[in-house]
Amino acid sequence: MKKFINNNDDFLKESLTGFGKAHSDIINVNLDPSFVSRKNKTKDGKVSLISGGGSGHEPMHGGFVGHGMLDAACPGFVFSAPTPDQMQAAAEHVDSGAGVLFIVKNYSGDIMNFEMGAEMYSGKNDSIITNDDVAVEDSTFTTGRRGVAATVLVEKIVGSLAENSGSLDECKKLGEKVNKNAGTMGVAFTSCTVPAAGKPTFDIGDDEMEFGVGIHGEPGRKREKIQPSKTIVGNILEAILDNLKPEKNEKNLLFVNGMGGTPLTELYLVYEDACQILQSKGVEVTKSLVGNYCTSLEMQGASITLLKCDDEILKHWDAPVHTAAMRWGM
Amino acid sequence: MSVSFLISQAKGVQKVIDENSAEIEVLDQKIGDGDHIFNIQRGLKLVVELEDAIKDLPLSKALNMIAMKVLSGIGGSSGALFGTFFMTMAKSSDLDKDVDFNKACEMIISGIKAMKERGKADVGEKTMMDVLLPVSDKLNELKNESEFKPGLNEVIKIAEERMLSTKDMLATKGRASFLGERAKGHIDPGARSSQLIIDTICKSVINN
Repeated sequence: MKKFINNNDDFLKESLTGFGKAHSDIINVNLDPSFVSRKNKTKDGKVSLISGGGSGHEPMHGGFVGHGMLDAACPGFVFSAPTPDQMQAAAEHVDSGAGVLFIVKNYSGDIMNFEMGAEMYSGKNDSIITNDDVAVEDSTFTTGRRGVAATVLVEKIVGSLAENSGSLDECKKLGEKVNKNAGTMGVAFTSCTVPAAGKPTFDIGDDEMEFGVGIHGEPGRKREKIQPSKTIVGNILEAILDNLKPEKNEKNLLFVNGMGGTPLTELYLVYEDACQILQSKGVEVTKSLVGNYCTSLEMQGASITLLKCDDEILKHWDAPVHTAAMRWGM
Repeated sequence: MSVSFLISQAKGVQKVIDENSAEIEVLDQKIGDGDHIFNIQRGLKLVVELEDAIKDLPLSKALNMIAMKVLSGIGGSSGALFGTFFMTMAKSSDLDKDVDFNKACEMIISGIKAMKERGKADVGEKTMMDVLLPVSDKLNELKNESEFKPGLNEVIKIAEERMLSTKDMLATKGRASFLGERAKGHIDPGARSSQLIIDTICKSVINN
């Protein structure tokens, strides 16, 4: 393992402290319990949005704290759900009286810890659970699909509604709509290495890829020989379109997300392939996002998310945002 | 059950888990995401380190401190589940009186029931509940027996059989559930760590 690391016990604390210093104009980092919150207090009457999850997916979620997006984020250890006391402390810190909406990715550990955090928090609160990963089918045999990159879109879009006086119920409803309108699938060329483990999470041949990989390097649909980008992108989009079934005249947001180890050059190539394929199928792309937003440490690979957009979603997507990892309009 | 019993069991379990950590890590990397063993080890370390803080406390307060430490110090599914376990035990009534075998069984049974509700998992879903629920049922049979040591040998056997039975199960809960058929052929890491914990504690009780 080659990583910038001093010792494993301090890994997260040192990284969070650095993050706090680098973005001290936008956020504060609290340690013990760990949470990232906005530098400016949440204005009275604004619903507070809190997300969180294991670390190792940066900039998710701390990088999305700021105007127009989250009010706080709770980072767990690398790839481990955060603990209920973090959610409780973050909620007490940011809630301005309008209530707290927890945004949770559908993973057992996250669900359980956020549930307990919500039970421990005495103020008004509600939760939405994202489950956009179409790689693993929702069936009676699974706990459902995984929550992955579309969580970024949910946080941005609901963040704008909360900023514009949306109520707790309205924010939850919009979040659920965005989640339902989104589909994601990823592919990995290499494994990631969890610092505490010191070695790669999975073995994969030089000429192989994991199709449908999760954001912790957990296996997806199948292991395959690597193929040209157009073929990979075509297969991913087929799985997403099968699931989402966008209408011909519907507007869509195309999000190409890097897993952490793939250069932007390749991500833009993926974006171009995806645009061409979608165009050939009559799927209209009107909004775009390309970059490393929901990563899996140093894993090489990418995911593609398609989000069907109505006017409400488009309006809130375009609205101003000012966070460490996403900024436009202000 | 006393505070000193809890501390000595935590130390015993820590030793056995550390000895078997490589095996559990590999199991989790095959079908999970590799964090289970680190979470369990971190939790045991935190509990063992609590010794000075809890050794003179009443049992309910000590259990509560253990619960909060586990809940806030571990993370992941294990932190929520074992935190729930200890928190439920701490809420048992009459902990200021002598906690005999019968009472200890009832505390453990109610703790496991709360874990089941928290994780929404049942037997047959390739999780730690495949070991814990049958063990809980057996303790329920045993709790009124005056001579419980032979019964604890049966508990050890049940835990081992149920741990091994997860090998050919399809996972339907936890991260392994995303694997479908590919999860077959691997023992569930949570079932293995739970079985090791039960094995260690039962053997220690039998031998004392």
